[in-house]
Amino acid sequence: MNFLGLFNYWLFIVLMMIGFYVVISSTNLVRKIIGLNIFQTSVFILYISMGKIDHGTAPILMDGDVVYSNPLPHVLILTAIVVGVATTSLGLALVVRIKEAYGTVDETEIHIQDPEF
Amino acid sequence: MISLQLPILQVVIPLLGAPVCALFRSSRSAWALSVALAWLSFGVAVALFQQSWFGGYVSYEIGGWPPPWGIEYRIDILNSFVLLLVSGMAAVVVPFAGRSIEAELQDDRIPLFYAALLLCYTGLLGITVTGDAFNVFVFLEISSLSTYAMIALGRDRRALTASYQYLIMGTIGATFILIGIGLMYVMTGTLNMADLAERLQQVNNTRTIRVAFGFLTVGICLKLALFPLHLWLPNAYTFAPSAVTAFLASTATKVAVYMLLRFFFTVFGAEFSFATMNLDLILMPLALVAIFSMSLVALYQDNVKRMLAYSSVAQIGYMILGISFGSINGLTAGILHLFNHGLMKGALFLALGALVLRTGSTQIQDLAGVGRRMPWTMGAFVIGGLSLIGVPLTVGFISKWYLVAAAIEAGYWPIAGLILLTSLMAVVYIWRVVEVAYFGVPLAEAPLASEAPLSMLLPIWVLVIANLYLGINTSLTVGAATMAAGQLMAGW
Repeated sequence: MNFLGLFNYWLFIVLMMIGFYVVISSTNLVRKIIGLNIFQTSVFILYISMGKIDHGTAPILMDGDVVYSNPLPHVLILTAIVVGVATTSLGLALVVRIKEAYGTVDETEIHIQDPEF
Repeated sequence: MISLQLPILQVVIPLLGAPVCALFRSSRSAWALSVALAWLSFGVAVALFQQSWFGGYVSYEIGGWPPPWGIEYRIDILNSFVLLLVSGMAAVVVPFAGRSIEAELQDDRIPLFYAALLLCYTGLLGITVTGDAFNVFVFLEISSLSTYAMIALGRDRRALTASYQYLIMGTIGATFILIGIGLMYVMTGTLNMADLAERLQQVNNTRTIRVAFGFLTVGICLKLALFPLHLWLPNAYTFAPSAVTAFLASTATKVAVYMLLRFFFTVFGAEFSFATMNLDLILMPLALVAIFSMSLVALYQDNVKRMLAYSSVAQIGYMILGISFGSINGLTAGILHLFNHGLMKGALFLALGALVLRTGSTQIQDLAGVGRRMPWTMGAFVIGGLSLIGVPLTVGFISKWYLVAAAIEAGYWPIAGLILLTSLMAVVYIWRVVEVAYFGVPLAEAPLASEAPLSMLLPIWVLVIANLYLGINTSLTVGAATMAAGQLMAGW
């Protein structure tokens, strides 16, 4: 196993763990959303990396014997990017409403006002 | 021929209705359109159920691209059984929502609410019909995103935090599922479930596939609220509008259980899931803890909605317990309980929604004396409660009977005992509500509750009658569950 050959996959794991850690450890609701975003983005890298083929080019039909990259994971991840944008905007919209209702975006302060959270 | 297009119509009908609803200004017309679409889509589900009743499956190629390249919708008896539940519940809950939502939401938000409801419904149907692993993720996010929006519409400000909590946990779950699907794609180069099932056989013993299995397990269990990943559920159910709670409680977690069955039995295969990965060793203890601890927690709740929410987590435990036996009988019990629990929780939450409309509260003490003022609503609640407990002549009895039989067959006598014990705990928490409602003395300043309007009573009683009828004539549900279990154990 060469480390550099799997560089993208290592990056995926590191990013995923950073994002996950931020989601769990942060008490600020906006920061949690940012962590969630990093977490989702790491998965994009996983998908994009798996489509790459050594010396492969863009999948456009050309004369001769050409190696193409696999475009399918890229297309799939476009869908996931859209989902990620939607999740982020919905999450931020909720944070705005929470700020209006509680006057704070900090988890511990909300918890003092409403113990259920 | 329209009958060939049924699988896609199932998804497209509510999907197209959603943007139209969002354009309406009048809440009445948005409601009327939603009711019409829900009934139409129920008709489609019934037709699909009839087609798959005699075994085999219906395959639909989207855009005419043959599988495994194109997206395939593949419907066998398990799919169509779940479709029947989901669309049946929508056909009942949407008419109910008319009055209930009018009372609980601001006017200008109501058309948007129906748009979100139809989108959520589309997502749930989509997860159920599709035979493509990535398509599952897309529909999962459609249903989840609209669910977050609907929960946030609750009157209480805690609805916002509940929705936020669910958004964080739900997104982590969905992303885990996405990673699992991606890892499977790396090893096999396909996303079609039937094709995956075939190709996974050759790469089964690689670490990548085992990791994919782990990610999928955690992701799906988050969505179906298996203990200890259930933390989002009680708050979400408690603070969402009544109609939303009724719809989610009877469909969303059930579809997640379906997803579990589809991935672990069809895609990975029962042998890999149970013999190699020992799925039963993870699911069974968690299910047992869920059943016992959540029934216990439900006993101490003073909010009826929250009590029923905790009871839901316990009931999901029963389903997972049945599945974890890894036998045909256990699987039958799990699938049966999936359907039956949808019916009983639907009836209970709808009856509760009617109580909320008239009393304005879900606290037990505020329901004092309501049994005499709202006899029909409370009557429905009592029958739904009996079904939840598992009294003979209700659907709850049927699924618990099969579950106990499967436990005894597998030699787990203590588990059979625990099922009976937790049923007794259900007696206690349902009795707490019944006692206050029938024998409690209403507070002097409490508003005088009158019987719920007919547009709410009818849907409630349709479900109550379904609870009773399918508890007496079990040929439909038991037949479908047995057939589905047989097919799952055999692969496709």
